[in-house]
Amino acid sequence: MEGLVAAVIGLLTAAGVWLTLRPRSFDVILGLSFMSYAVNVFLFSSGRLAPGLPPIIDPAAAGYSDPLPQALVLTAIVISFGMTAVLVIMAVGTFLRTGSDSTGSDSTDDQDPS
Amino acid sequence: MIPHLVSPVVLPAVAAALMMLLARENLFAQRVLSLASAAGLIGLALSFATHALPRAEALGNWPAPFGIVLVADGLSVMMLALVAVLAGIVLLHVLSNGVDKLGDSFHPLFQFLLMGLNGAFLTGDAFTLFVFFEVLLIASYGLVVHGGGAERLGAGVRYVVTNLVGSTLFLFGLGVVYATTGTLNLADLSTKVATLPAGDFALIRVAAVMLLMVFAVKAALVPFQVWLPGTYAAAPATVAAMFAVMTKVGAYAALRFGTLVFPEGAPAMGTLYADLLLPAGLVTLIVGSVGMLGASGINRMAAYAAITSTGTVFVALSAFTPEAISAGLYYLVHSTLAVAALFLLADLVARKGGRSGPVAVLFFAVAIAVAAMPPLSGFLGKLLILQARWDQAALIWPVVLATSLIGLLGLARLGSELFWKGANPEPPQTTTLTAPVLLLAVLLGMTVFAAPVYDLTTQIANALHDPAAYLTAVEALK
Repeated sequence: MEGLVAAVIGLLTAAGVWLTLRPRSFDVILGLSFMSYAVNVFLFSSGRLAPGLPPIIDPAAAGYSDPLPQALVLTAIVISFGMTAVLVIMAVGTFLRTGSDSTGSDSTDDQDPS
Repeated sequence: MIPHLVSPVVLPAVAAALMMLLARENLFAQRVLSLASAAGLIGLALSFATHALPRAEALGNWPAPFGIVLVADGLSVMMLALVAVLAGIVLLHVLSNGVDKLGDSFHPLFQFLLMGLNGAFLTGDAFTLFVFFEVLLIASYGLVVHGGGAERLGAGVRYVVTNLVGSTLFLFGLGVVYATTGTLNLADLSTKVATLPAGDFALIRVAAVMLLMVFAVKAALVPFQVWLPGTYAAAPATVAAMFAVMTKVGAYAALRFGTLVFPEGAPAMGTLYADLLLPAGLVTLIVGSVGMLGASGINRMAAYAAITSTGTVFVALSAFTPEAISAGLYYLVHSTLAVAALFLLADLVARKGGRSGPVAVLFFAVAIAVAAMPPLSGFLGKLLILQARWDQAALIWPVVLATSLIGLLGLARLGSELFWKGANPEPPQTTTLTAPVLLLAVLLGMTVFAAPVYDLTTQIANALHDPAAYLTAVEALK
């Protein structure tokens, strides 16, 4: 299972980095979402992978999963969700004003290769 | 009675909430609340400073290291005071130029920015540091695009994207730190990192570098400075003046982690931070000063001046000796105020009567401060840094001195372009000059009282270099 989780994190991060480097804001937002998914799974695994074990005290429990990363992930999800919403609004605002969703720094970058 | 450590975080949050709930349409009430909150923050910083430091407090009385702790040591209180004073002066400027009328929610966002800044300086927990970074960033996103316009929005999107990538990296770094040490409390990390088994050295070093990269993005340290000039030049100049302190958050975090969590004494770390920060600081100095030479306007000039000041501060801090940290902190305070003053002048220049005699005189004085020439405090700060970095004088002195000259040339060129070509004789309203004059007065105070200020920064630097008192303060909450 460790191998699977690690591969998924790597794949999500790679996809996120590639999309974030694209010159259009829609792709960049998708890329940032992928990266935040990747980091959320990564944070989960930082408390060791312990499937099926309770995070809170239970007399019948054989062991525990670490509750702290779960709290961290919850915070991280809320923050990245809010940030993505802000970014979407700003990107839409830019698109409506300029007619282009390029993230380049000047108008000569506006032509998208695709 | 000593105010709670959480009050510098709660006060602006309450002020912002009151503005949004009760005074949405009432700009006058918002201004009063905003100024009152800034004044309150100055008072809180002073009252912390007069009591024994460091002081720690457990939020919700959860014992450390499980709960979140707030810790105020000399460095935190100094940064709180710097933020509060700068906020007060910038708000006075807002009153005189009415930039808060350009869009909704200027004052609530400004207060949330203060909340994030204060929280970042007070927290004793790495994850809460991340949360407060996000609080100050989301407020800054709103402030960057305040007043609207396509150029501002475009620059804002690039700023948000850069910082979101930075936040993701921050979380990756924290994940590795937690997986390796099992804690995120800074004081607890300090002891855990010092006794880490050799097998975990590689992991913790990777985490340390990841976190350093995040702080470098915030501080605009080369190679992570690309976002700054465009953003700061496109943001309203008054807002950018407040942002002058935001790059210093990165410097603060790097200093905190470099002295407390990943110190040179820890076997896992060696001189990792120093080895990375010194070359980065020197290249930042060069990039910033060349940018100042080529800057096409006063806003870009101020943005590159912010990069140059980051470079100078990091050249000092990267030694991690008490003397160099002390000199770096002195210069950090100076350069924050000087860059803020330059941004306020950028605002004046763009307005009616901005290119006239009184503004030119102010520009001359601020340019002296930014270029770190005598007689203002920047000169003393740079001298102290050069003295403290005598260990590598052959490398550091030529770069610092040459970049000072290049920056000075850029400022001289910009000054003659602004005030000799097409100057207008009509002077601006006197009230608009208040805020830059106040900033210059603080800088003058730092020059006249250089010895007591330097003694203070030396005390702070000594406490950072030997964090035993900080650890004891947090230990008491167990």
